[in-house]
Amino acid sequence: MPATTHAVRYRPSAWMRTSRWIRSHLIAAYGILALLYLFLPIAVVFLFSFNKPVGRQNSTWNAFSFDAWTHISRDPTIMNALGISLRIALVATFVATILGSLIAFALVRYRFIGRSSTNLIIFLPMATPEVVLGASLLALFLNMGLPLGFTTIAIAHIMFCISFVVVTVKSRLQGMDPRLEEAAADLYANERETFRYVTLPLVAPGIAAAALLSFSLSFDDYIITNFNSGTIVTFPMYVWGAAQRGIPPQVNVIGSIMFFGSLAIVIAAQLVGKARRKA
Amino acid sequence: MAEQARIEDLHLVHVTKSFGTFTAVDDLSLTVPGGGFFALLGPSGCGKTTTLRMVAGLETPSEGQILLGDRDITTRRPYERSINTVFQSYALFPHLDIFENVAFGLRRQGVKGAEVEQRVNAVLELVELTALARRKPAQLSGGQQQRVAVARALVNRPDVLLLDEPLGALDLKLRRQMQIELKRIQSEVGTTFIHVTHDQEEAMTMADTIAVMNAGLIEQMGAPAEMYDLPRTAFVANFLGQSNLVHGQITGRDGADLLVRVPGGEVRLPANRAADDSGGLIIGVRPEKMRIAYKDEQNVNRVRGEVLDVSFTGVATQYTVETPWDPDRPVTVFELNDEGAPEVKAGDNVELVWEYGFTFGLDGDDDLDAGNELAAEAAEVAEAADAEDE
Repeated sequence: MPATTHAVRYRPSAWMRTSRWIRSHLIAAYGILALLYLFLPIAVVFLFSFNKPVGRQNSTWNAFSFDAWTHISRDPTIMNALGISLRIALVATFVATILGSLIAFALVRYRFIGRSSTNLIIFLPMATPEVVLGASLLALFLNMGLPLGFTTIAIAHIMFCISFVVVTVKSRLQGMDPRLEEAAADLYANERETFRYVTLPLVAPGIAAAALLSFSLSFDDYIITNFNSGTIVTFPMYVWGAAQRGIPPQVNVIGSIMFFGSLAIVIAAQLVGKARRKA
Repeated sequence: MAEQARIEDLHLVHVTKSFGTFTAVDDLSLTVPGGGFFALLGPSGCGKTTTLRMVAGLETPSEGQILLGDRDITTRRPYERSINTVFQSYALFPHLDIFENVAFGLRRQGVKGAEVEQRVNAVLELVELTALARRKPAQLSGGQQQRVAVARALVNRPDVLLLDEPLGALDLKLRRQMQIELKRIQSEVGTTFIHVTHDQEEAMTMADTIAVMNAGLIEQMGAPAEMYDLPRTAFVANFLGQSNLVHGQITGRDGADLLVRVPGGEVRLPANRAADDSGGLIIGVRPEKMRIAYKDEQNVNRVRGEVLDVSFTGVATQYTVETPWDPDRPVTVFELNDEGAPEVKAGDNVELVWEYGFTFGLDGDDDLDAGNELAAEAAEVAEAADAEDE
């Protein structure tokens, strides 16, 4: 390029230099702003977990304290609510992941009557407003005479988690080369061995992702749970109720622990993945 | 791999495979000689891959039988037959490293510890991939993945190794290299190889026996040179190399030769190279067997024509010549660029000659263009695959 020989003598104006600098850093700036937008609320939650609130409301900064961290379980109702939520989330995740994965296999692997309508029905719980889902589930449980409580919440959570599991596992399955299973069969693996040594290891990341998603969806759910909980109080319901009277900083502590906990899981998964690719 | 004695022939007996109303393979009977390199050649959609999948056990024939030696394996599951496949997409297990990919079949058969190690290493050495044993498939180039796929199949010492267009995804240079490599491996291990391809050059380079397949049927089967020299159908004449074809009428016999009237003259050919001895006959001759006459020659067939186009290809020059045979189907002539090559340019009137014995006669009812379009299409597909790799 002949232009470069002249460029040595060419001095861009100050304005041009600034605009070039802005242009080359615009995406980075935009990215930082977007990340700030996403993480600022979490940072506030974390920060206020160290607050020593004046009254009941933990909304104005007073003084730094480890009080809430060292006395997480001061209020037994928090721990009780947390325990219930964790147990429901575990049950819902376990059942929804198994059922949803099986549905996903059926939908991807087999052509059967009602396959496309199944696809649609699976999608419905995700598209339906939660209020509607919660209210109709309540009507159903009342009509069936099922006492509201742990069981009804678990049933409701399993129901909406299944959809997310199916969608996640299905996309993983669809991305899998069907020749791989044929290759396994060709290499003396019977159906069971093919599933164990080829299909399952390849679909496992999708199933794991689906399980994590189910867990957080279930743990987090307020609206549907509120309709079907009876006298039981889950963690989100406790927080919601406490918000009226004043949320103790322990809620921030639990929130922070959950956040860093899931962050640790994601980082660990990334590291394991990287190590595996390298090996 | 010294078990030379047990290599058995593979028989397909009246095999038919239908998918709904579509018949992919139609009453196919075929014997693949044990221990040889066999090519199943045909355009895409001719049923060759379906045939291969039936041999592998990945499809079950609608009718007919598949026999390995005298054992009926028609309904055996893929994992119950000693036949392994090299898939077109290689289908290497992405979550296993190269060693474990190759060891997969052995482990499923219950081979243990040191023997697995020893056999896998031996076969990795054979395909020259020992150094990459602990890599994942995604870290390998296309050619290396292809060799892993071959190793993964071969390590099981199958009775038959199936190759489903295994070189289709490689670029031209690598493909040539792998052709030689596969041929070497085959002669080293002595297993029966069945190679499915749409590339006629590849089939001719590698195979001991070629079966040309079209629309679910075997058109012709034989040694490459034999089939090239004496195609039995217009499809084979056009698909396996190139041919100049013209409709003619048999007028008589002179000793061992047939005399055939074609537009603008008469052609003589040995009767044993003709599909018929009376009535209509398609006369064919390969482009490189024809030459432009520059001296008086005896005992040759002749046709006069006008040169339409001369294209220099390095080794040879290709002439396109319009003749009275059929003005719409100009004749193609390849002349080697050695001494004696005539100086001819477009517009010149020339006489083309070729020895009687190079002529072949096909069934007069055949379609002159059979296989032509398909050959062009197959070449296009191969080119597109090359372009993708670059």
